Amino acid sequence: MEAAVFILSLVDCCALIFLSVYFIITLSDLECDYINARACCSKLNKWVIPEMIGQCLSTMLMLVSMHWFIFLLNLPVSAWNIYRHVKVPMGNMGVFDPTEIHNRGQLKSHMKEAMIKLGYHLLCFFIYLYSMILALIND
Amino acid sequence: MSAPGSTNLGSSVGYSQSPTPNGGAAPPRQNGPAQTYPSVYPPTGYYGAPPQQQSYPTTHAHSNAGPNKAPITNSAHSANYYQNNHHHHPHQHHQHQPHLPQHHVTPSPYSAPPSSAPPSQPYATLPSSAPPPPSNAQYNPQQPVQQQQHPPYATPGSYYGQQHSYHAPAAQRPQQQKHPSLVPVPAGGPGAPLHPIVSYPSALGSSQYGTLSSLQSAPAHGVMPTQVGAPLHQYNAPQPAGPTTTPVQAGGYGVGPSGQMAPTVNGQGSTGQTTVHQHYDQSHQALQSYNSYHGGVTHPHRAGGADADRPPSRTPSTSVHSSPGHHQGMQYGYVANSGASSASATTSGPAAANPSSSSSEDGDDDDEEEEEDEDEEAGGDTSSSTTGSASPVPNSYDSLEGGNYPDSLPPSDDMTNQAQPYGSYGYPASMQPAYPQGPTSHTDSSPAHDPYGPPPSYQQFSQPFPNMSQLSAALGGLSGVPELEVEALRPVNLLQERNLLPPRPLEAPEPNLSPDLKKVNCSPQTFRCTLTSIPQTQALLNKARLPLGLLLHPFRDLQQLPVITSNTIVRCRSCRTYINPFVTFLDQRRWKCNLCYRVNDVPDEFMYNPVTRSYGEPHKRPEVQNATVEFIASSDYMLRPPQPSVYLFVLDVSHNAVEAGYLKYFCESLLDNLDKLPGDTRTRVGFLTFDSTIHFYNLQEGLSQPQMLVVSDIDDVFIPSHDSLMVNLKESAELVKDLLTSLPAMFSQTRETHSALGPALQAAFKLMSPTGGRVTVFQTQLPTLGAGMLKSREDPNQRSSTKGVQHLGPATDFYKKLALDCSGQQIGVDLFLLSSQYADLASLACMSKYSAGSIFYYPSFHHTHNPTQLEKFQKDLERYLTRKIGFEAVMRIRCTKGLSIHTFHGNFFVRSTDLLSLANVNPDSAFAVQMSIEDSLADSSLACFQAALLYTSNKGKRRIRVHTLCLPVVNQLSDVYAGADVQAITCLLANMAIDRSITSGLSDARDALVNAVVDLVSSYKSNVSNLQQSGLVVPASMRLFPLYILALLKQKALRTGTSTRLDERVFAMCEFKTQPLQQLMQMVHPDLYRLDNMSDQGALHLNDTVVPQPHLLHLAADRLSRDGAFLMDCGNVFYLWIGKCCNDMFIRDVLGCPDYASVPPNMSHIPELETLLSERVRAFLDWLQDNRAFSSTIHVVKDDASAQATFFQHLVEDRSESASSYSEFLQNVQLQK
Repeated sequence: MEAAVFILSLVDCCALIFLSVYFIITLSDLECDYINARACCSKLNKWVIPEMIGQCLSTMLMLVSMHWFIFLLNLPVSAWNIYRHVKVPMGNMGVFDPTEIHNRGQLKSHMKEAMIKLGYHLLCFFIYLYSMILALIND
Repeated sequence: MSAPGSTNLGSSVGYSQSPTPNGGAAPPRQNGPAQTYPSVYPPTGYYGAPPQQQSYPTTHAHSNAGPNKAPITNSAHSANYYQNNHHHHPHQHHQHQPHLPQHHVTPSPYSAPPSSAPPSQPYATLPSSAPPPPSNAQYNPQQPVQQQQHPPYATPGSYYGQQHSYHAPAAQRPQQQKHPSLVPVPAGGPGAPLHPIVSYPSALGSSQYGTLSSLQSAPAHGVMPTQVGAPLHQYNAPQPAGPTTTPVQAGGYGVGPSGQMAPTVNGQGSTGQTTVHQHYDQSHQALQSYNSYHGGVTHPHRAGGADADRPPSRTPSTSVHSSPGHHQGMQYGYVANSGASSASATTSGPAAANPSSSSSEDGDDDDEEEEEDEDEEAGGDTSSSTTGSASPVPNSYDSLEGGNYPDSLPPSDDMTNQAQPYGSYGYPASMQPAYPQGPTSHTDSSPAHDPYGPPPSYQQFSQPFPNMSQLSAALGGLSGVPELEVEALRPVNLLQERNLLPPRPLEAPEPNLSPDLKKVNCSPQTFRCTLTSIPQTQALLNKARLPLGLLLHPFRDLQQLPVITSNTIVRCRSCRTYINPFVTFLDQRRWKCNLCYRVNDVPDEFMYNPVTRSYGEPHKRPEVQNATVEFIASSDYMLRPPQPSVYLFVLDVSHNAVEAGYLKYFCESLLDNLDKLPGDTRTRVGFLTFDSTIHFYNLQEGLSQPQMLVVSDIDDVFIPSHDSLMVNLKESAELVKDLLTSLPAMFSQTRETHSALGPALQAAFKLMSPTGGRVTVFQTQLPTLGAGMLKSREDPNQRSSTKGVQHLGPATDFYKKLALDCSGQQIGVDLFLLSSQYADLASLACMSKYSAGSIFYYPSFHHTHNPTQLEKFQKDLERYLTRKIGFEAVMRIRCTKGLSIHTFHGNFFVRSTDLLSLANVNPDSAFAVQMSIEDSLADSSLACFQAALLYTSNKGKRRIRVHTLCLPVVNQLSDVYAGADVQAITCLLANMAIDRSITSGLSDARDALVNAVVDLVSSYKSNVSNLQQSGLVVPASMRLFPLYILALLKQKALRTGTSTRLDERVFAMCEFKTQPLQQLMQMVHPDLYRLDNMSDQGALHLNDTVVPQPHLLHLAADRLSRDGAFLMDCGNVFYLWIGKCCNDMFIRDVLGCPDYASVPPNMSHIPELETLLSERVRAFLDWLQDNRAFSSTIHVVKDDASAQATFFQHLVEDRSESASSYSEFLQNVQLQK
């Protein structure tokens, strides 16, 4: 049971890592003028909700399986994802808005955020991996 | 159009493969076009019959039919009728099937225009009186001219190929002509002439190239005598030259050598126009072209060859070269557009495979272009653009450089071998080599028509620093303190000095540069920096507590503009900066970029100076002598053939609109100005009206009167007919006039109160997307139906709340999305809002904000109840309709290495880090950017900024307007303060405050503004002023800063506590973002003059009028006196305040009334009286208005009238019911610091 929870989290985490990498690549493409803001934002906005769901999923899994430490580790990130999504002004086209992404250093802050998330997910990945192995051995 | 999910996957793969190219500095720029460009000029004859068949395999058989095809049956007709912008998807038929009965059986929707048609005819019918043969006759002569003029249309076609709609016209015509009376029409013409739109001449069958080349010379000389430099004058004259006749225009713009004719014309005094043009023309081809330039003789071959704008078939580098073979392949790709990735794969294929043709084009292609390219393609296949681009990049980069600079070293060598020695930029040393040649060449010939004398940059760097003062000036005040600076730095104690205003309106501070650089520097009206001395590091900038930014007015009407026609536009190879007066010539053959410090070669062509007609003086070229120049761009700067001027008017005709009565005045104004609309023979117009349904107008030539087509399905808007809704203005002029005359009456009885603005805009987008152009929207109420409907969000009780103001941002992203779509298709949307009720401008404004449009707002507009608004509307409309316009524009702002732009203000879409996409650019809008200093600027003494605006003129020419500003870099805080430009800082802060108030609330923004003053005062006190003075001390250059900030806080946009309607507030915010600095400052801090005691002392003498120059007064009620008359100049409005005890002589002489009591309460003009005083006053008013785009209205305000409130609200130094007075404000600042 426990192993199954961690395997699931591991898969989820992998997906989130890929997503973070995708965010970083797309944003850096925008930075280098490979793609335009419109294309970049429509690509990224599509993945904001899946990312949120993926993050909430692992949080929920940890809550249900009562791994409190990992749950608390996950909680702020989930909260941030949800907050970010809810706080989008009505007139904006999503978390990433093509008309604003080049203003006020938004691009940089998005980039920074994606980097931090990547680091965080990598950390989680190893925690899950360790826990999974532990759980498998215990079984 | 957005990329489907599958593309994402594809792209992510692409990305993971291509991280390495990311690192390269240059490749990204080259990337876009490499793979996309070929797609831009793909197919051979789009309009040619054979390609058509190939390229649209999916269309119905009858779609391919040429106009001569046999009559089509009714069923086919109905099918085609519902065909909209896209292909004939089966499901589309299904979608529209339900409307069939509505449109075809019920006659009512179509018979709306009075006396239009027999009720049984669903389409208001073509009258049998339409004379087909004459129309053909008209076409036939024009056809060749057109073809000659705009070969791009005949050749590339991909421009329209993207759209898939253009074949439809051809197909539809026969259907519409099912009427017996019209059958002769198709029979009469040889295919092409039938096409209603001359600007897209359906290329005559297969031989379009043949046509092209053979026609090249014939129309050229036919037109030559008449052209008389018309294009040049029209470009920059305040108003387009209206009266020019058709042949003149046709010739002027169509024919290449016009440029060469121009100098001669200019020499003759430019025929009464005020505009003076220096036109430098140069051709690489032969020296004889130089002769022709000066002699005004045009060599026939140059007619085609000189102007790269029109790719003649003989020039190898133009689009014509592209082999039809692979283009057709690409066209297939296009047709299969739905599969985006496949299409783009095809597209990128040829680029890689065929570097010699397409990438050499990309080569000198501008990066602006590339972006444009990318964006246009982006809709369908964004992901592939990255994937495909990785490989072709290096190739195209090399090959293009090779092509561009034939004798240059490979770029890599250049970088490593040559750039390094100069990398340190110790320029005295690196200059040495230049010496031997330098002085001799620049002293010997000082051409008479060279306005600026010796070449500044060259001189500055190549002279052995003759004396100390020049050195210090050149180094930007590093040593030595000029007098000006002393004055600017004089500490001013604001609590003690009360008379801060200068006697005359404030001028922009002069940058502390050497006189030579000053002379060539860009005009402050065009390009202004908040700090005319750039701090060396970000730390220094932070210490100064002042914002660093630029204010630009790039497209403003200029009196004098050097226009350069040249085969190669010389640009830095690594940063693509255009050569400018501030570059350094290391020697005769090399120049060093002033933005990235790369050493570039001087191309051969550049060695010849067309002004002095001498060889070997690259530093005397006009590009190097003027900070503002305009290039005629070659086809390399085009993604598609330059578009024609296309204007669509979207008019609200709901009950509310009829009630307001704007329609009549709009129609009148447009009728009056129809000939003055900027454009050429290709100009197209269209009209669309809407209430709860959308009405299109068929204005196709040959009809006896306009037909109205009603589309009532607003949930899924479609275009009822493709070719006849946007019509050529010249050909359908009569119908357009008909429509404009009948339009106001047509809806006078309407009871429809709803407004389906969103669907109307969608229809407009569909109608315009094949060409791009300008959409002008007139709206009088909140949109209540269909997509983009809005709800009232304003709570009238909160209007005067002192807390935050809600709903400053848009309520929906519909308008923003639409604007971005429009921007992608080069459509600019301008909004005229004439609403008496709340109309949610915050949401509506988005349609213009992101499509680079302009916004006009007339609160409480009513044609009888509000005559002042009506007058303003009429005046604005006239200016709007006749002002210059640039289409499909992009602007890039580059700055010296180390500076970077991080925020943009204005109406546009920021497409990539420094590229602004402007679907339309107009001469009245300005932009602002904020900058930060990323790397220390210590190794250079000058910082430069270059704004390059690439646009299509209304004559179908691609032009690049380049402005370059040069400023000194300083390392002392006192120098930074000395060079602070208080007006520019105020404007930039206003822009920042608007942003802040939308994102984090109005009170936050207001606090930030107050803090800006507090910060300045405390920073100045702690860092610079060593006087232990109490009180508020600021440098003299910034002495007006607190006053301006206080004025800002009292503006409609930012004030709290005073009742302000939400729409008016939002409009004021929009104006802050787009108004040029002068206008904005006038609005924020109006100029107040006393008029009744003006003297001729110090008056200006212009021509034979004397313009008195009264002193500026502070904006406080205690400066007014009962016995005087005062003029307040608020930019777009003048107030003439007449005191109660004003002497009767003034009232009699100026206002024409016997005494104060008899002055009418709503007087809004100054009568033209013969008295001296009246003449002086009017001369002064005219002088004030002289350079204004929109003429100002004048209000005479009496001392006792209630209208006084509007006058007194501009007295910003006084306390108002909710805002503090100036002295209170200062005390407040002192407390906070």
